[in-house]
Amino acid sequence: MASVEQTDGTGPSGEDGVRRRDFINIAAVSFAGVGGVAVVLPLIDQMNPSADVLALASTEVDLSAIQPGQAIKTTFRSQPLFVRQLTAKEIAEADKVDPATLRDPQTLEERTVDGKKQWLVTMGVCTHLGCVPLGAGEGENRGEFGGYFCPCHGSSYDTAARIRKGPAPKNLEVPKYSFTSDTAILVG
Amino acid sequence: MSFPWAEQYTPKHPVMQWVDEKLPLPRLVYNAVGAGYPVPRNLNYFWNFGVLAGLALVIQIVTGVIMAMHYGANDLVAFGTVEQTMRDVNAGWLMRYAHANGASFFFIVVYLHIFRGLYFGSYKAPREMVWLLGLVIFLLMMATAFMGYVLPWGQMSYWGAKVITGLFGAIPVVGEPIQTWLLGGFAPGNASLNRFFSLHFLLPFVIAGVIILHIWALHIPGSSNPTGVEVKGPQDTVPFHPYYTAKDGFGAGVFLIAFSILLFFAPNFLGHPDNYIEANPLSTPAHIVPEWYFWPFYAILRAFTVDFFFIPAKLLGVLAMFASILLLFFLPWLDTSPVRSGRYRPTFRKFWWILLGDVAVLGYCGGAPAAEPFVMISQIAAAYYFAHFLIILPLIARFEKPLPLPGSITEAVLATYGKTDGETAAVPAE
Repeated sequence: MASVEQTDGTGPSGEDGVRRRDFINIAAVSFAGVGGVAVVLPLIDQMNPSADVLALASTEVDLSAIQPGQAIKTTFRSQPLFVRQLTAKEIAEADKVDPATLRDPQTLEERTVDGKKQWLVTMGVCTHLGCVPLGAGEGENRGEFGGYFCPCHGSSYDTAARIRKGPAPKNLEVPKYSFTSDTAILVG
Repeated sequence: MSFPWAEQYTPKHPVMQWVDEKLPLPRLVYNAVGAGYPVPRNLNYFWNFGVLAGLALVIQIVTGVIMAMHYGANDLVAFGTVEQTMRDVNAGWLMRYAHANGASFFFIVVYLHIFRGLYFGSYKAPREMVWLLGLVIFLLMMATAFMGYVLPWGQMSYWGAKVITGLFGAIPVVGEPIQTWLLGGFAPGNASLNRFFSLHFLLPFVIAGVIILHIWALHIPGSSNPTGVEVKGPQDTVPFHPYYTAKDGFGAGVFLIAFSILLFFAPNFLGHPDNYIEANPLSTPAHIVPEWYFWPFYAILRAFTVDFFFIPAKLLGVLAMFASILLLFFLPWLDTSPVRSGRYRPTFRKFWWILLGDVAVLGYCGGAPAAEPFVMISQIAAAYYFAHFLIILPLIARFEKPLPLPGSITEAVLATYGKTDGETAAVPAE
């Protein structure tokens, strides 16, 4: 075939030197290229969270045992989740702050569900480098603003878990959640 | 691939002649690391570290493959199997300590190898490709070391994985999907552990492949030497074997003594006690630090504490950390001085020492808690690091007046060592 092609190379190509073989070349390489990309996609996608990991992507939390002033530490998407029932004093402290003065301006209302202002649900993941802040456990250091304190690099969060001092750029993240009853929430 | 006066491979034994006809592998080895590779006669002991890095890789592969025989890459059992290797497996403690400390020694010799190259201008034409491939090896080493450190699934493993993959989370928009993709979950877990194990096993062999390219690229112009003057004739070189196999063998002995001292008398000196606590996603160690060989880069990462316009400080730190290594890829074109060796560059030499001190300071700050005065020192040292490569080196190349170069390698050697013999050939360049 090749020798035939060479001997009459100018034959069927006509005016601008384009041969039929050029078309076959481009078509074959393109086909293989598209096929290659199609194979790469699952090779990359297999690294994304698998179905069993995603199946654990929502968590139900029972609030009935949490007294005002207490907090519990549980897990959501295999990361720590803090659920705290604020006292009236803590709510007042959080409301006293002018949000405009904050690094990541948010009010306590914006960080809680309407009418359930005493329930503060946040991730227990410091927004600096991902450490677990102290303050959810009984007797742990809650930092100078009475919320959470990250021992890694000294970020202090206030009673609404807003960043007040230290290197963290953001408030502790509030995950998406909803009340399924008066004493239970579904996170995620 | 070699100088015309290189010794030729001439197998005498009929079997070797037969092999040479069918598959000239012994010939390849002879020409690469045998008598067939002519090397400048004046290499000093700083030229040992390439071979020592190769030796360190071999130690890592041997001990690593053995460790893999006793390891369970599953988050439920990983920590236990590593402890079992330490306590129950015959000589398991030796394999694990050799592997952990071997990583440190690999980085020690590679850092010496890199700073050797920086001092003697080994990155300059015609050896740019050697330098670039070396940096690729360095990046692969860092990835391999990081993933290996996660495998024992201790507290430092877990939180190191979290912080380092969190760096990618700092990238706007695509950051979080990338982080989740890297981890195979929302936090380090079984999926992360398994893929890190798989890649930790694979990458050393990729490194071995790039090392072959690194040596291939080196052998095209031939090795550099402490004078930086190119080889001019047969009198400037000696065959690699036996001259440098012997010299490297001596270096390997010293290396193994130092390695053994740490391995047998202080195997946990460079480790962190926290990594003997099993990974716990609900509790963070008080002081998260990477292994010592990442400290300079960790210090650059943490040096950024203030947002710059719309770029958050965290992202700036991540960009700076990656830039500090990527910058080195441009070094052959940043240092435009035609003189290679620091021996004949008085100004360059001083700044080389300052750079060495600067990296040491960064290393110290990277291992220290993120508090003052270390943050401020890291900021100054990080700024200097970038200034060295981007400002100081190009300026030195422009304004420095180099010392007169020797006419040839042989002339330089005889100027130092030939005088007592009354060598008449020795004519110092001065």
